[in-house]
Amino acid sequence: MLSQESLKLIDVEVAKYPSDQKQSAVMAALRIAQQEKGWLARETIDAVASYLDMPAIAAFEVASFYNMYDLEPVGEHKITVCTNLPCALSGGVHAADYLKQKLGIEFNETTPDGKFTLKEGECMGACGDAPVLLHNNHKMCSWMTTEKIDQLLADLAK
Amino acid sequence: MSARNLILADLDGDRTWRLQDYLARGGYAALKKIIAESTPPADIIAEVKASVLRGRGGAGFPTGLKWSFMPRSFPGAKYLACNSDEGEPGTFKDRDILRYNPHSVIEGMIIAAYAMGCERGYNYIHGEIFEVYDRFEEALAEARAAGLLGDKILGSDFSFDLFAHHGYGAYICGEETALLESIEGKKGQPRFKPPFPASYGLYGKPTTINNTETFASVPFILRDGGETFLNYGKPNNGGTKLFSISGHVNRPGNYEIELGTPFSELLEMAGGMRGGRKLKGVIPGGSSSPVVPADIMMDCTMDYDSISKAGSMLGSGAVIVMDETTCMVRALERLSYFYFEESCGQCTPCREGTGWLYRVVHRIEHGLGRPDDLDLLNSVTTNIMGRTICALGDAASMPVQSFVKHFGDEFAYHIEHKTCLVPDDVQREGSKIYVGPSC
Repeated sequence: MLSQESLKLIDVEVAKYPSDQKQSAVMAALRIAQQEKGWLARETIDAVASYLDMPAIAAFEVASFYNMYDLEPVGEHKITVCTNLPCALSGGVHAADYLKQKLGIEFNETTPDGKFTLKEGECMGACGDAPVLLHNNHKMCSWMTTEKIDQLLADLAK
Repeated sequence: MSARNLILADLDGDRTWRLQDYLARGGYAALKKIIAESTPPADIIAEVKASVLRGRGGAGFPTGLKWSFMPRSFPGAKYLACNSDEGEPGTFKDRDILRYNPHSVIEGMIIAAYAMGCERGYNYIHGEIFEVYDRFEEALAEARAAGLLGDKILGSDFSFDLFAHHGYGAYICGEETALLESIEGKKGQPRFKPPFPASYGLYGKPTTINNTETFASVPFILRDGGETFLNYGKPNNGGTKLFSISGHVNRPGNYEIELGTPFSELLEMAGGMRGGRKLKGVIPGGSSSPVVPADIMMDCTMDYDSISKAGSMLGSGAVIVMDETTCMVRALERLSYFYFEESCGQCTPCREGTGWLYRVVHRIEHGLGRPDDLDLLNSVTTNIMGRTICALGDAASMPVQSFVKHFGDEFAYHIEHKTCLVPDDVQREGSKIYVGPSC
């Protein structure tokens, strides 16, 4: 179900914890699985659970609790914008509005070509860099002026 | 009292986060001395107590005292955890410590593990900063390769290994017992206390959890002495602290200053108010701390005692600055939405109450407020506070109480006139995309 590369990465995570605590690696394993599959379908979550010898429901609880896991398909590029207060004071909402207008979608929507999904995020711990957005969960983009948003979207559309 | 870099010392010029540069600026000297002299663990804890270092994550609990709670003669595993799950709106200091000086955290954790007899540690890193997690993993590899981590550290009998655990988006995991649940591979729902982590922590074993900045302060304390650290701050408020300044200032960012520095000086360091506009209010310690009106704030010094006297909390040192273009109802609405979204759902007063608070503030902001809404807000907060397992319910309530208390007129205006006291175009102009000169 998961690729050999993914399983290898999961093994590295498992090794961080005591040998009788494999479940500790579930967050990392779900992240790795999501990286491979794009999102977490029920059978992906089940595969992770079985690899870690834990109940499928326990893995699903984790996948549904933490908000960076996607339990539904998302576009090739998921863009999450922080609109929390500190960011909003320095243009977070304006940046989000600009993205909505450029992409022609609202939060939690995907462009018809499946390229972009837009999400509203909570505090990313980078308020001094506002406006801040995350690309596919792992790449943080700081000080996102409209020019930089244009550039980012152009680069990603290639 | 002024700017002083102890935690982020000597990071200018070509100095990088790498091990060789950390060594060049005196890094790991404290650990090497401890190992060479086989310093008794009790002496280390005494030194930390002498520094009056207080937890930098928000609660301000004395670190040395916390360390002394760990059972010394406990047979079997003991754990150490670092709380880098920095998601309190306004807070972004731990990210910079981990980006620019990760070895200070590693060294602080090794010393802490030595003092408390922990064999293994985890640094829980906030989900949204994956690149920082990657870098921390690299720093760990450097430390292991240099014999600073792992079996028989620096040839001694002391062994300790440290690993990075990556979060994936849950504010509640910054609560220490939720963090432990999360490391165990579960939903991050806080545990009842007692038992406290020092007796029943990670995997049921004695565990101590400290904030990133707290650990990063430890090497200096052990190298230069607790008293030296204390003297950089003021009595009962030892040392320097990083303040994350966001909002309507000219240079948002992190500033390390001596505790006790006047707020006005800190504001000056951050370049003053954006566009020369007038200060309206400050949230001095992260979004959970009560908002303080401008005139009171301008008389405060930045330390635990002074901010507490002003009716708020120093918290994590996240200073959110709001100027006269800010609508306080809208500001609170956004914060209330955050707590509603992040409540873990375990305790009814918080799960239901945070939604209630958000919906009422939302309807006030959108012109649907009712005359008794302010009383309703206060009543909901008092029915949440003190009735939940963890502090998230209180954290959601304190902003509501303080915004209504200090800016009640603005809320009343909204309810009566169905519109903002601050015109919408003024708000938009005041909070448009702003990129300061430091970027």
